[in-house]
This record gives sequence, C-alpha cells and structure tokens, in this order.
Amino acid sequence: MANVIFYILAVIALTSALMVVTRKNAVTSAVYLIVTMCAIAGLFVQLGAVFIAALQIIIYAGAIMVLFLFVIMLLNLRKDEFGFDTRVFQRLFAGLLGIVLLVQLIMVVSRLPVVAGQPVDTEMGRVAPLATKFFTQYLYPFEIISVLLLAAIIGAVVIAKKKMGK
Amino acid sequence: MMPPINWPVIYPELAICITAFIVLIVDLFLPGRHKWVLSLISIFGVLVALQIVFMNFGLKGDTKAFFGMVVSDATGLYFKTIFCIGTLLAIFVSITYQRREFPEVGEFYTLMLLSTFGMMIMASALDLITIFLGLEMMSIPLYVLAGIYRGRYRSREAALKYFLLGAFASGFLLYGIALIYGAFGTTNITRIVELIADGKPYSPFFVGVGSVLVLIGLAFKAGVVPFHMWIPDVYEGAPAPVTAFMSAGPKAAAIVAILRIFVITTPVIDLTWVFWVLAVVTMTWGNILAINQNNIKRMLAYSSIAHVGYLLVAITVGGEEGVSSAAFYLLVYTIMNIGAFAIVVLFAEREEFYENISDYAGFGSRFPFAAITMTIFMASLGGIPGTAGFVGKFMIFSGAINHGFYWLAVIGVLNSLVSIYYYLRVVVAMYMRQPQTRLVDIAISPSLMIAIIITLLLVIQIGIFPDNWLSLAKQAASLAF
Amino acid sequence: MAPLSYYLILSAMLFTIGVWGVLRNRNALIIFMSIELMLNAVNITLMAFSSFLKDFSGQVFVFLVMAIAAAEVAVGLAIIVSIFRVKESINVDDVNLMKW
Repeated sequence: MANVIFYILAVIALTSALMVVTRKNAVTSAVYLIVTMCAIAGLFVQLGAVFIAALQIIIYAGAIMVLFLFVIMLLNLRKDEFGFDTRVFQRLFAGLLGIVLLVQLIMVVSRLPVVAGQPVDTEMGRVAPLATKFFTQYLYPFEIISVLLLAAIIGAVVIAKKKMGK
Repeated sequence: MMPPINWPVIYPELAICITAFIVLIVDLFLPGRHKWVLSLISIFGVLVALQIVFMNFGLKGDTKAFFGMVVSDATGLYFKTIFCIGTLLAIFVSITYQRREFPEVGEFYTLMLLSTFGMMIMASALDLITIFLGLEMMSIPLYVLAGIYRGRYRSREAALKYFLLGAFASGFLLYGIALIYGAFGTTNITRIVELIADGKPYSPFFVGVGSVLVLIGLAFKAGVVPFHMWIPDVYEGAPAPVTAFMSAGPKAAAIVAILRIFVITTPVIDLTWVFWVLAVVTMTWGNILAINQNNIKRMLAYSSIAHVGYLLVAITVGGEEGVSSAAFYLLVYTIMNIGAFAIVVLFAEREEFYENISDYAGFGSRFPFAAITMTIFMASLGGIPGTAGFVGKFMIFSGAINHGFYWLAVIGVLNSLVSIYYYLRVVVAMYMRQPQTRLVDIAISPSLMIAIIITLLLVIQIGIFPDNWLSLAKQAASLAF
Repeated sequence: MAPLSYYLILSAMLFTIGVWGVLRNRNALIIFMSIELMLNAVNITLMAFSSFLKDFSGQVFVFLVMAIAAAEVAVGLAIIVSIFRVKESINVDDVNLMKW
C-alpha cells in the first residue's frame, strides 16, 4: 500500500518536474514547480517527517514560489522572451550530459544492498528532537544561517534600491 | 544540558561579523560625504581579526568548539591570515573607487566583510554542512558585490551570470555532501575519519560519487577548467576592486575546502589522476587563452585560472609537501594579484578608460613609479627569480618532482614560460610603445598608494627572504581532525 | 515505507531533470527554477537517509537548505529584476556576457 502511494507521488513529481523545464512560459513552469514541491512534501510524509513536510509546503510552495510568481507578474514578460537554446550543439550537449548523469546515478544507486521497506516511524515527525539537535549539535550552523539571511536581505536591498544623487 | 562554549576558537569570525554589523549601523547615521569613516572601521575590524588570528596560533587546550563543528588549527588560522590580508588590501584598493563611483552604497564594506566571514567559516569548519554554509555565506555577498556598480550595465550582467552558475554549482556540492552523509551517517569530518579507521562498513559507491560531485561544486568556485567559463566575464564585468577581492580570497577558500574534504574521501576513492588531469588542463587552457586577451582584466582572469592550475599541481602531489606549497602559493598569489589589480584600478582612475593593454602605451615614462611596480607584479605572476611568485612556483614544482610527478612538473614549467610571454606584453606596452592619445593625469589616492606599497614590499620581501613564511605554511600543512 | 533505493533513484532523476533544465533553457527565471528543483531533489536524498538511519541530522540539513534557498531567491530575483529594468528582457541570449 505504502509503495502505491510512493509510485503515485513519484510520477506526479517527475512529470511536473519535466513540465517545469520544458514549458516556454515562466508562469506555467512556476505552477508546475509548486506541484512538484507538494508531491515532494507528500514523500516527506511517507518518510515520517511530518514537520519538515509542513515546512516544505509553507516555505517552498508558499513563500518562495509566491515570490517567483510575483516577480514574473511584475516583469510582465512579452511572449517572444521565451525560448530554449537555439544552438544545436548546446542542446545536444545538455541532453547527452543529462543522460550520462542519470545512467551513472542509477547505476550507483542500484548497487545498493536492497533494504526492505520498514514501517513508517512516527518518531521522525516529532519537533522536539529536531529542535534539540538544532540547539546543541547544530547551534553553529543555526547562527550562521541567521547571518546568511541578513546578508541576503542587505544584498537584495543594495541591488534593488534606486540610484541616489550623482 | 549545554556544555560551555569554547568561544576563543571563533573569535576571529566574531570580530569580522561584528565589524560588519557596526559598519551597517553606522552607515545609517552617516551623511553621504562622510562614508569614508566606514572604510576606516572596516580596516580596524580586519586588523583586530588579524591580531586575534595571530594570538590563536598559540591557543592552548581544546581547539574545537560547538560539538566539533569548528576547529582552530594551524591550517584554518593560516588561511584566515590570507583572507584578512586579502580583505585588508581589497578595502584599501576600493576606498577611492567606491567614493567616486558608488558613494551612496555604504553597504559595500558590510558585504565585503560578510563574505570574508564566510571564507573564515569554510577555513575552520570540521563539518561538511558547515563548509557548505560557509560557501554560501561567502558567495551571496559576492553575487551582490559583482553587480554593485549600478551605473554600468555589464556589472549587472556579471552579477546574473555569477549568481546562476554559482547557485548551480552549490547544487552539485550539496548533492555530494548528501551522498557522503548517507554513506557514513554523519557529516562530521572527525567522526568520518574515526569511522574509516575503525573499519566500520560504509558504501564506497556513495563516497565515490559524492566526492566527485563535491569536486565539481568546488571546482566551479575555484575556477578549474572545464568549470571556469564564468570567470573571465564576471571578472571583466565586476568593478575592478571587487574583482581584486574575489580573485584572491574565494579561491583560497575553495582550495582549503578541497583540502579538508578530500582528506576524508581519499582513503575511499583515490582521485589523484583526476587532479592530475584537471591540473594540466587548467594550466594549459588558462595560459593559452590569456595570450590573446587585450582587456587587462580578462587577461588577469585567464591568468588566475592558470594559477589555479598550479595550485592543483600541489594538490595532486598531496601530503605535507603538497599542502604546504599550496598554502604558501595562495598567500603569494593573493598579494601579487591584488597588487596587479591595484595598478589596474589606479590606471582606470578616469572612468573605465585604460582597460586595454594597448592603452598602457607610454605609461613607462609618464608614470614611472606605477609602471615599475606593475613590471614587478607581472614578473612575480610570471615567476621570475627574485620575486615571491618564483619561490611559490619553485616550491610547487620541486614538490612535484620529489614525489615522482615529473611530467606534471615539466608541463607546469612550460606553462610558466608561456605565461611570461603575455605578462611581458603589458611591460612592453608600457615601455616600448608610443601612446595613441594624450595621456590624462592620474591623481594617486593615498589609500591606493598604501595598498600598492604594502603589496610591493611583501612581494619583494617574500621573494628574497621566504623562510619565515615558508615555515608558517609548513605548519599549516598539518591538518588537525 | 518504500525501500531506500526508490527514494534515491527518484531524487537522482529529479536532480538530473534540474541540471538538464539549467543547460537547455535560456530564460533566467526558468533556469533559476531548475536550480530550485535540484535543491529539492537533494532534500529528498537527505530526508530518505535521515529516515532510514533514524538520525535527525538529515532533517536539520533539509531545514538549512530551505533557509539557503530562501536567501538565494531573495538575492537572485533582485538581480534578475535589476537586469530587466535596463534591458526589458531576461533571455540570457540578450545578455551579452552570457555566452557560456
């Protein structure tokens, strides 16, 4: 049963991911990306990480993708903006590289010892152990992330603010 | 219960980070014409950090902090010294330029300091995820800095290109880290070394693919061929002082990350031959393309790719000799490269006018001091005896020969000879060619002069008496876990 | 729960689609979205390892990756908008330097 849900979510994620990269219109791509992210959130639930699944929806599908859509609307792109690489070489190269990468990754992964499916561990969805981990072992990365977000805000303001004087 | 935190280990990072915040806050209250105060605060902060770094060399007792997340070992401290020197020089180079071209952007220094903060995190991180965070901390301000010159469209383009390729590379790095995490069940370098020593089972396939992906990610940041395509465009498009800044520190940070990560993956998968090939390709390709460049910033960009090639020779050699020669060369490269860019900034005083090598015609008689300084920097970059660059290259190639990499040494030396040709072109243009147009006066700003004199003295001093610096680099080669 | 290798293969496929999208598209926004896709693929790997190893570190990493993605989006979109303001186009072929 669990496998069936996995297959359904995987197919949704893969199809919409393909749509993201093959559509010419950025709005369509963005909407498909939201679908992919929701499917991935479903996979997280399958893995027992309920909390991260919620975050995935709130942060990725919610905040980040809305920002994307907002910018797309703001830019108000003309139709002829869209398109793929016109150079045949580049397209061939992209396709070839994609195939090689995929074959390699699958080859490596398929050599894994097949671990049988285990029952979903509801323990993995708890927030308390995650928070404990964050404020003990991963305190340093946590602090760095706060500075990183500040740096990103400063950066965005610097780029976006109008030129004054001069 | 939380054990007490071993704060002294991260004092240098804290000093830089706090300075960045002070600059940010002071910027709010300063009227436009007094923004120069910000550069003074930044310089002071970096000097404090440098002092702390020197003090930390003698740190007694436990050198780790935050549950083994950071370490204050000789390697990290040595690289932090490089970052501080690079940032200090880059600030000196920027002051006048920033005041003339984008006076309203006081955040310039904050971003530069935050980027340095990121490099420092990378240098002393003992956890793969912290290395990744440090890399992002370093890169995000750099993307902005590349595009900070809003008056020039090419600067924005440079920012876009740098950003897209940088984020792309981070994806590879992160995937590699995820696979290594899966193989060992931890990302802590100390733990992984212990696990391998204990003979615990792990999946070598994951480690293999993971380390290749990590290598791709870091190779992008360091500018290793074939992942170098952003370097010339970004270096050309970004404002010259920013180019000086990002040609030095970030490369050193990427190299130190490679050193740290590949110490743990080498027992599992031996990538020596990959580094061998990358070194040869990077040196040769960088030098060949540099020959044809007319724009001096592009020429220096390709030459910086070639220098990464020499560093890869040292990494291929590996061991104590390889690491110490790489560390030493990075210090030398930082100093001479920023020196060369300082001269470029000096000559570009009036708009971005003197950017082509042919524009340098007649400078030898018009600006004798600047011309002779540029000649010395070019000689050092080319590796002519008597300069710091020669000592650095000598260490790398003698290390290669001592460890039996004869072909690598031969190819490296041949490449150095080729590189002398295009460095000489600048000198020839300055002394042997007649200027096409009347030369405009250049007002030399005191801050730029300080940067030029410091780099000049260091290049000559390291070139003639390298012993102290070499012993420091030797210490740096003993990676602690 | 499906076996670990299923999740890893799915993640590898999504990552590859992301890489392919970066290389084949010329629209800066779609390139950027493909990069987000790559990061999401990595998140699946991290989460799968985390659950199968019963180790919360992987979840911490996913959390951190989300924060980094948010930071990158803030800066990246600002850069894209600033390009568009001048050039009225975000096709990377119109961006002169973008000959990669």
